[in-house]
Amino acid sequence: MSDIIKIKKGTDINLKGKAQRVTESFEAPSLYALKPSNFNGIRPKLAVKEGDEVKAGQPIYFSKDDERIVFTSPVSGEVTEVERGEKRKILAIKILADKEIKYVDFKSADPSKLSREEVLEKLLTSGCWPLIVQRPYGIVADPNATPKSIFISAYNTAPLAADVQYVVAGEEAAFQTGIDALAKLTAGKIHLSIPGKGDVAKAYTQAKGVVLHKFDGPHPAGNVGVQIHHIDPINKGDIVWTIAPQDVIIIGKLFAEGKFIAKRKVALAGSEVKAPKYYEITIGAQLTNLLKEKLTPVKPRIISGNVYTGDQVAADGFMSFLSKEICVIPEGDEPEFLGWILPGFGKWSLSRAYFSWLSPKKEYVINANMHGEERAYVVTGEYDSVFPFDIYPQQLIKSIMMGDIEKMEQLGIYEVIEEDFALCEVVCTSKIAVQDTVRKGLELAHKELG
Amino acid sequence: MKLLRNFLDTIKPNFEKGGKLEKFYPAYDAFETFAFVPGHTAHSGAHIRDAIDLKRTMVTVILAMVPALLFGMWNVGALHYKAIGVDASLLDAFGYGAFKVIPLIAVSYITGLGIEFAAAIMRGHQVNEGYLVTGMLIPLIMPVTMPLWMVAVSTAFAVIIGKEVFGGTGMNILNVALTARAFAFFAYPKNMSGDKVWIDTTTKSGESLVDGYSGATALGEMAGSGSTSFSAMDAFLGFIPGSIGETSTLAILIGAAILIISGIASWKIMASAIVGAAVMGGIFNIFAGYAISPEQQGFMGIPFWHQMLYGGFAFGVVFMATDPVSAAQTERGKWIYGFLVGFFAIMIRIFNPAYPEGIMLAILFMNVMAPLIDHYVVEGNIKRRLKRVNA
Repeated sequence: MSDIIKIKKGTDINLKGKAQRVTESFEAPSLYALKPSNFNGIRPKLAVKEGDEVKAGQPIYFSKDDERIVFTSPVSGEVTEVERGEKRKILAIKILADKEIKYVDFKSADPSKLSREEVLEKLLTSGCWPLIVQRPYGIVADPNATPKSIFISAYNTAPLAADVQYVVAGEEAAFQTGIDALAKLTAGKIHLSIPGKGDVAKAYTQAKGVVLHKFDGPHPAGNVGVQIHHIDPINKGDIVWTIAPQDVIIIGKLFAEGKFIAKRKVALAGSEVKAPKYYEITIGAQLTNLLKEKLTPVKPRIISGNVYTGDQVAADGFMSFLSKEICVIPEGDEPEFLGWILPGFGKWSLSRAYFSWLSPKKEYVINANMHGEERAYVVTGEYDSVFPFDIYPQQLIKSIMMGDIEKMEQLGIYEVIEEDFALCEVVCTSKIAVQDTVRKGLELAHKELG
Repeated sequence: MKLLRNFLDTIKPNFEKGGKLEKFYPAYDAFETFAFVPGHTAHSGAHIRDAIDLKRTMVTVILAMVPALLFGMWNVGALHYKAIGVDASLLDAFGYGAFKVIPLIAVSYITGLGIEFAAAIMRGHQVNEGYLVTGMLIPLIMPVTMPLWMVAVSTAFAVIIGKEVFGGTGMNILNVALTARAFAFFAYPKNMSGDKVWIDTTTKSGESLVDGYSGATALGEMAGSGSTSFSAMDAFLGFIPGSIGETSTLAILIGAAILIISGIASWKIMASAIVGAAVMGGIFNIFAGYAISPEQQGFMGIPFWHQMLYGGFAFGVVFMATDPVSAAQTERGKWIYGFLVGFFAIMIRIFNPAYPEGIMLAILFMNVMAPLIDHYVVEGNIKRRLKRVNA
């Protein structure tokens, strides 16, 4: 464990508006929404109808392919609306919350004394199960599979991300209980990665039943995919599961208290937040109350999740299932006169084609502008410089574009999900939609290769 | 600025779907995005994006070519006045050169961009910025005496056959500017080689060429006699005849510095090409005694690092070999590709009996080989991954 795994490739973008390590409260939102689109590869089937009264932890919908995978309500209240899109696709199920939350009682238990089946059963019925992500393909874990190992990253490198050292403070016991439960699920190890430098929360350093790994380097060193690649890479046929520390705590509380307490300490961060801080937010919560009077007057881009991989949401939108932060940056949809010729002292670029490289310590305000139009690939080597895998990223993307499954497999599609390519997409001169392409490739590979 | 924006917004509907000039949308889009970086925002994937785009990349490369261009203009004038025995001021020389070079640039851009726009409209694509660089490269690698129509024909050939038939920028196999030069070289050899083309010797009434004037390039002299009248310092600074942009190694190095610092061009290709050329030059130094003629012995015997100062080597390595579309695309492949470009450039230069320069053919040859190099590099990665499963 003692050796630090140093990641050299990648880059840290110093964004303005990092959240202060202070947790404040806000007026509890009354409306919550569950969105099936938060999960890859799930075909939803409703378990409730409009007007039903539900408790926190009661199934709202489930997966058509495996009915044991249920998605439960984070709050108690009334199902007010099932929002549907084209072909009656379910977009969101909205729940108006009670003042006092009533929970389904899943019975508290010490997971280390339970069998694997009992742990599995509890995680599935409570709705905690979708917190676990399976690789390859980045899908909701398959309850029939036994993973080779489970990976947890307790190291954030994405800009403005919620600080995982801070959010576990005071939750040490729940974290350990969660680890004990996960330990039942795999015959292998639980790998927990922590930063090689700086403070590390004692929840991690004192955790039992895990193998600790130290990582150091720029983003994406904190991505669990990078860590898997450097600890024990995924080969054809392997299955591993990943979960975030915040979600281990939710699982821990399920066992400790017998309730699905879908709450996280979430960072509200970004250049357009007046005073970036932490807030306790329940999964699926409407953001209106949270954002009230906290934003600057600039036209905002509100993101549930981090700026690399999050979902764009409206000011009255809802927090996604796996989001650990809400980021607000300027929308930036104004055309810029001769923007590509100006020196660009304030513009972030991995290259040094703009003069911002003269001031490396600068905190950037970056908007959601594309800064150019999509083009065919011209530049090479950009992706390689921010992609710390022994994989040829541009070649893999091209094989996906061509739909060449054999090449995709050979080039290492099993090891990556779209978030691992996020920085490639950020730095792409040709503005290729890299993450969407990777998702398409993963879906194709999942369908064809299983 | 506001006025321009309003104007663009007023005429835009004509070019949009259903508008009268719908077909010409790519042309409108090219002008609009030239004036304004569009307000498009990210709607999928990452929410923040690098400020760089292809326009910025290309304009940075053009900026890197400016020192070679300005020096080339001055050199054209200076050599002209020297040939007619006139003492000219720096400004006179530059003015004369600019007068000769600017039409070449104009012809290259008008021909090339004309075809690009036509192709974009035909295909309904956006106009790609690749030609901004190609259009500047083509005049810089031509002799100043090249008739304008030949430049136009060569450019048209290169853009249509070298690029558009493959699908446009990003899809071509050969460097487009070098394709233009190769076409000119084989189609109009009289205008592209020999002793007469490198210096503009048009004389007005009352002017005449000085006695003992020779228009040969340094490499031409060496191939002919085994030695050159130009010192290595002259070649480094660029006071020698040659294609417009290629003569001053110093000016090209300034460009190289811009490209490397900005991160736009691969330093790996440049560095390994220099190593490759040094190795080949070194081999020639060692084996000069075995040359088949005294001239060749002299040519082979010049210090290996002088080889890099003469001819188009520096220009080719910095601006053409590094073209990311036609070079090797893997980082490991770039080392191999660059090395072989340098290696073959010097080899061809000395062994080619018809024309004493090899960088053009070396780069074109390696352009063709680059996909093969990449194939083996990627294959190595695939094997490593397979081994991991079997281990």
